[in-house]
Amino acid sequence: MGRGGMGGTTAMMQSVPPLPVPGCSVDFELSNLGLGYGGRLALRGVSGQFAAGSMTAIVGPNGGGKSTLLKGLLGLLAPMQGSLRCRYPRAALGYLAQACEVERDFPISVEDFVSLGLWAQTGALGGVSDAQRAQIGAALATVGLQGWQPRWIAELSGGQFQRMRFARLWVQNPPVILLDEPFTGVDEPSVDVLLQLLQQWHARGRTVLAVLHDREMVQRYFPQALALAGTQLAWGDTGDVLPGLAARAAARRRA
Amino acid sequence: MMAELLWHPFVDYGFMRRALAGCLALSAGAAPLGTILLLRRMSLVGDAMSHAILPGAALGYLLFGLSLPAMTIGGLAAGMVVAMLSGVVTRYTALREDASFAGFYLISLALGVLLVSLRGSNVDLLHVLFGSVLALDDPTLYLTATIASLSMLGLALMYRPLLMECLDPGFLRLQGRMGSISHALFMLLLVLNLVGGFHSLGTLMAVALVVLPAASARFWLRGVGLQMALSTGIAMAGSVLGLLLSYHAGIAASAAITLSLGGLYLLSLCLGRLGSVRAQRHRPGNDSVSEPMGVSE
Repeated sequence: MGRGGMGGTTAMMQSVPPLPVPGCSVDFELSNLGLGYGGRLALRGVSGQFAAGSMTAIVGPNGGGKSTLLKGLLGLLAPMQGSLRCRYPRAALGYLAQACEVERDFPISVEDFVSLGLWAQTGALGGVSDAQRAQIGAALATVGLQGWQPRWIAELSGGQFQRMRFARLWVQNPPVILLDEPFTGVDEPSVDVLLQLLQQWHARGRTVLAVLHDREMVQRYFPQALALAGTQLAWGDTGDVLPGLAARAAARRRA
Repeated sequence: MMAELLWHPFVDYGFMRRALAGCLALSAGAAPLGTILLLRRMSLVGDAMSHAILPGAALGYLLFGLSLPAMTIGGLAAGMVVAMLSGVVTRYTALREDASFAGFYLISLALGVLLVSLRGSNVDLLHVLFGSVLALDDPTLYLTATIASLSMLGLALMYRPLLMECLDPGFLRLQGRMGSISHALFMLLLVLNLVGGFHSLGTLMAVALVVLPAASARFWLRGVGLQMALSTGIAMAGSVLGLLLSYHAGIAASAAITLSLGGLYLLSLCLGRLGSVRAQRHRPGNDSVSEPMGVSE
């Protein structure tokens, strides 16, 4: 497991987490986990661990249970089979749902939107302090949206909207970050900025899990990969997982 | 001379002053709720809820006659039962929220009319369906004012979670139980306001004060807080206009108020600043988004 992703940058290879050891360095422990909706299993037989500080891409065909797994990890779906242990309470997990689940036309300013990342501090009633406002400004600058605080979120393009959501995650600063197709419909410059941010988080010991479709991106940036297709196909180093997935897809196409 | 027409009914007649006070209080409570209702795309749910309180109020009426507490408590109970049942049906069956609300409110409406007709005269039925804004007594006024105060207070306390619940429910769900709590409280406030409105405007038109001003405000201002303030203003203006119309033209008060609100809505729809007929026709490009500033790429 110590090897980096194929073709990963040197910096990436150095920060690849060590083998998960039992105890406090495991963020999620899954054992024969089965998840589903309305009594029907969408995903079964997932066993393994997400180590603290690991960076894992979740890949596989559509309907393979990738988003379902994220919902399970977040505690939004109770396990139907097996077990799942999470080191953190649910409120400590950072989650970026698919962009379509957010109301894009909602009349709220960019600053107010990003300030929702401070919910743990402000709660339902608390105000946003000047220091926190500065923090929001810094987060927006990090994603290349400096000066956008007073604008309506409806004015943002798809890529900018996603940058703003990353800024909210930045402000929230959770130890674990789960992303569901974070780059779908996002322009390339934005993807570059956001990938850099992901790498920064990874370098600072955050655990990153992302549902992704882009093979090349997974290969370049994600040391670990988990392949799902209704069940667990493979879980380990990206360099080992991806070829198997490709072979499987090719076999299915031939069939 | 003209100006006198505007205020002399209120100066000369106590019942007009009472009607005015009742309508202003109702506007302050109900209109801001409408803004949230619209943001959540639940305006038809408001309609459904206003019908849902009918059987409860009717049952109160059947047992105790035209008694304010009995009809209020009955209406409140019926409204909450329908809200909860619809929530349960939405959660555990394949039916979506709007459809399950529609199912329940049709049943409630029929049940309510049946209950009233069991005992009452047509006059009573008319009172329940169309209210009696020109005959508000002290207890009804106090009730209306209390409900307005409660709903403004409640809205202020739940403002942030309520907005988040519309904007990004998935995010709020991870932060604890505030989402479902604020939703339940919101439904309670909605039912409270509809029950308060039903004494003066009747079940059929109480919801007009919730939905029409909020829908009008949407064509003028963008921010949620601003929309709430403006919708309250529009509701008050519509109420005054309706009362005057009703007085001078000698027409039914609750219908006059609803039509005035409707008129203001149509005006906003045609002339508003944002997304109205006029704004759509004069739009410069195909989009109003100006050049982004400060984007690094």
